[in-house]
Amino acid sequence: MSPPLTIAVPRGALFAETLDLLDRLEIDTADVRANDRRLWFADAGIVTVRPSDVPTYVEHGAADLGITGKDVLAERTDTDVYELVDLGYGYCRMVVAAREGEDAMGESLRRLGRVRIATKYPRTATAWFARTGRQAEVVEVKGSVELAPLCGLADGIVDLTATGKTLVENGLEIIEEMEPSTARLVANPVAHKLKAGEIDELVARIRGLA
Amino acid sequence: MSHPIPPGTRDVLPDEMLELRELTTGLSSTFTEAGYGEVWTPALEYEATLQAGDDSGAAAGFRLFDEQGEVLALRSDMTIPIARVVATRLGDAEPPLRLCYFGHAYRAAERRTAELREFLQGGVELIGLPGAEGEAEVIALIEEGLDRAGLRRHRVGVGDGTLFARLLEETEVPEEARAELMRLLTARDFVALESRVEALGLSAAACQRLVSLPSLRGGVEVLDAAGEAVDDLRALHELLAERGIADRLIFDLGLVRSLSYYTGPVFEVYDPAVGFALGGGGRYDDLLGRFGRPLAACGMALDVGRVHLAQAAEERLA
Repeated sequence: MSPPLTIAVPRGALFAETLDLLDRLEIDTADVRANDRRLWFADAGIVTVRPSDVPTYVEHGAADLGITGKDVLAERTDTDVYELVDLGYGYCRMVVAAREGEDAMGESLRRLGRVRIATKYPRTATAWFARTGRQAEVVEVKGSVELAPLCGLADGIVDLTATGKTLVENGLEIIEEMEPSTARLVANPVAHKLKAGEIDELVARIRGLA
Repeated sequence: MSHPIPPGTRDVLPDEMLELRELTTGLSSTFTEAGYGEVWTPALEYEATLQAGDDSGAAAGFRLFDEQGEVLALRSDMTIPIARVVATRLGDAEPPLRLCYFGHAYRAAERRTAELREFLQGGVELIGLPGAEGEAEVIALIEEGLDRAGLRRHRVGVGDGTLFARLLEETEVPEEARAELMRLLTARDFVALESRVEALGLSAAACQRLVSLPSLRGGVEVLDAAGEAVDDLRALHELLAERGIADRLIFDLGLVRSLSYYTGPVFEVYDPAVGFALGGGGRYDDLLGRFGRPLAACGMALDVGRVHLAQAAEERLA
């Protein structure tokens, strides 16, 4: 018998805690833990995907539910998924950082009327600077954002950090902090209705664990 | 050599067209046999006409100037154009009026998903039959059309588009906080909804009502939690039970539709094979009045392409 719900589980930083959560919900993750390269676990109803792909799988109904960070959801505002529960783990902060001891951002704003920001999270960064009333030119990069202010690609960066260690190692300092992010349980809109009973029962069990 | 077409539009070739045509023919026979006359309206309307029906112009995504400098918009749904027709060309016709249509509608593709900018809608409008009686007729008809199309596992979600606004009033949420809560419910961000409601400092009972009612969905029993506020939906359930299709319904106390003209019950159609709603609609009793002919009305539209997807999935199962 196939499981009642398919869940998209993020590989990466949230993976271990997500599997622990599923264990506590009595969803069998032994197969997932034993097979690092397999992606689809039909018996357990688990698909493992990149965290940033979770909204995509869930929106299209390829998975009924998914677990991913609020940071990912904030970046994917164009994705129609329902956000059901704040799971509490996977805490990290989205921050604005720039070269330590300099005021490159202030200088740019004053003289050029805009600040140039490198980030992997262009929507989040754009929204943050719009909300705080500053013009920003947002440059999207796919990785190693810390490099951008060092070699002059940008005045500052918007990035996710848990401890801030990588920033310090690259001579950057945190200038502003945005809302912190934690893992969220999201649902496909259609599954949320057609499998209401199963989803509500799982949500109640998650809330019961807290 | 590549000659692309705009994203969100598509060509249909003969194999697919045969199936689509069969689907629309079946739906159209269902509608016309039930006494719904088919109409066409122009794909281009004056922008002002769409705005008369919905403040945002029903979210029309494409506008152009004609040679007189008038602003035209590609229709983003069929309901507003039909309201216009009923108030003008059919101004003397005795209600109730039963109309159906098949036509393309156009929306901006803000989202990078499978959302189309041009999509084929097929639907019905029942004008001049107020209350549950009108809604039951429309739902039953759409249901019959989907049955005929071979769908077996679909459900119709039924809610009340005004319920949350009434809850906000009843629980005395400050005016300035209402729009944000409404937006969070529309996005179904239950996490933020809960934390915002808690921050308002309302009574525990009020918080409970605002947070838990909109997440209730299931059989007719979910209506009990909302009390008298959903008497309209109870009446609708009764009528659909008489028609023998109550088991197709999912009552959803959080159901809201993005268009502003809905004034009561709202509907959406779901199928397990498709991650998106197949269609939707609801009651819009004020819309006709905006065109000068106040009449109660309700209607429902199907996204033909998505129904086709569900149909294909159903055939694979069979």
